Amino acid sequence: MMRYYKFIILTIVLSISIVNLFAQEEDLLSLVGEDNKPQKEFVNYSFKSSRVIMSHSMELIRPGVMDLRILHRFGNINKGAYEFFGLDNATMRLGFDFGLTKNLMAGFGRSTNKKELDAFAKYRLIHQSKGPKSLPFSLLVTGGASLTTLKNTDTTQKNYFSSRMGYYGQIIIGSKISESFSLQFMPTVVHRNLVPTADDPNDLLAVGIGTRLKLSNRISLNVDYYYRLNQNVNDGTQNPLSIGFDIETGGHVFQLHFTNAVGMNEKVFLLETTNNWGKGDIQFGFNISRSFQIKKKKS
Amino acid sequence: MKKGILLLAISFVLATTLSAQEKYFTKTGKINFISKAQIENIEALNRSVTAVLDTKTGNLQFAVLMKGFEFEKALMQEHFNENYVESHKYPKSDFKGAVVNNADINYSKDGTYKAKVKGMLTIHGETKPVETEGTIQVKGGKLITDAVFGVSLADYNIEIPKIVKDNIAKMVNIEVECTLDPLK
Repeated sequence: MMRYYKFIILTIVLSISIVNLFAQEEDLLSLVGEDNKPQKEFVNYSFKSSRVIMSHSMELIRPGVMDLRILHRFGNINKGAYEFFGLDNATMRLGFDFGLTKNLMAGFGRSTNKKELDAFAKYRLIHQSKGPKSLPFSLLVTGGASLTTLKNTDTTQKNYFSSRMGYYGQIIIGSKISESFSLQFMPTVVHRNLVPTADDPNDLLAVGIGTRLKLSNRISLNVDYYYRLNQNVNDGTQNPLSIGFDIETGGHVFQLHFTNAVGMNEKVFLLETTNNWGKGDIQFGFNISRSFQIKKKKS
Repeated sequence: MKKGILLLAISFVLATTLSAQEKYFTKTGKINFISKAQIENIEALNRSVTAVLDTKTGNLQFAVLMKGFEFEKALMQEHFNENYVESHKYPKSDFKGAVVNNADINYSKDGTYKAKVKGMLTIHGETKPVETEGTIQVKGGKLITDAVFGVSLADYNIEIPKIVKDNIAKMVNIEVECTLDPLK
């Protein structure tokens, strides 16, 4: 009996000391609960910039950052060597975007096409996240207005100031599905106060699709397309499609692309795109985005 | 005889469990990194460094989430995460090592001691040996540690494109500053 008792105690002592010895070998960090709870984490960097190519992306610029955007669209490539494949003609838009809060940005710009001014605000309602209580997509709303400042040439009609105005509203639902692939849909409505003919709708509905495929850390392939639902089928306009590359170099993002859309704001590229990809009426274009930190972070 | 063995057993168990209280830790340590290059200086701060020091063995470990580094400019932070350390692939960096001259440090007496630290540092999925000399200050039951060392970005497979080679230093200085509390 006595022997058994000794034996049991010895076994207990030995096993405890062995456990303790093993404990010393274990990861010190595990003692303080490292890795214990997965935390909710927001998903960022779904697109390299706040635009897919022509459309707003599900990404916002950060608060305190100003983004100077210079957009160029050249003439049609199929004009041949005499027009230097379209490079002889260019229209542009110069714009400034501002990150106001984590979920709000706003910007304005001016296009040479129709001497048009435009402004917008974009707000994020849902931010895609990972971990507990997360949502796998982002939801944003965008609203904008545009104003052409071309002189009136038509004297046979009364020209109202409101005729110069156009508006758009857009919902962006998007997801960074993997590190390299992001996809978003953009149901959009464009309103113009003055339409060219009675057959043209004042309110145009369209659904856009924008996507990015990362080819490397600094280069991605982007596609941006809209399908219009109720356009005047006889006006000869086309659905806008842009395909291009985002190339990031330090503080700049270059977006080099091919497109059939001349316009650089929502109203123009949705309603006034007459070039046809099928006929080769495509243009080369580029956007340059340069970020400036105008308000430094508190540290 | 029976009691003797029992006592021995209890004291043995107590002694080994008590040793757990010789460990110190923090979850709010700071790591500051500074890149000094021709065109600009880049600095980032992380305030949620986890560290544990076993004063008995001198074993020391650090862990830090790369996404927790805060930069002055939002774009720098984006590039740091997206292009350089690829924090989606390698979310965490850690250090596993030891205070080499642990015997020279009297953790029960207030004062500042020199500490030689040696171990393996893992950043961007690459593990390399590092060695530095820092200080451990014992003050009112807490340990305040401070160390600075340099790491070469090339060692950790972090590529700097030619276009920004004047903006980012090849060697960056890393300062680790922690106040460790006793681990219960």
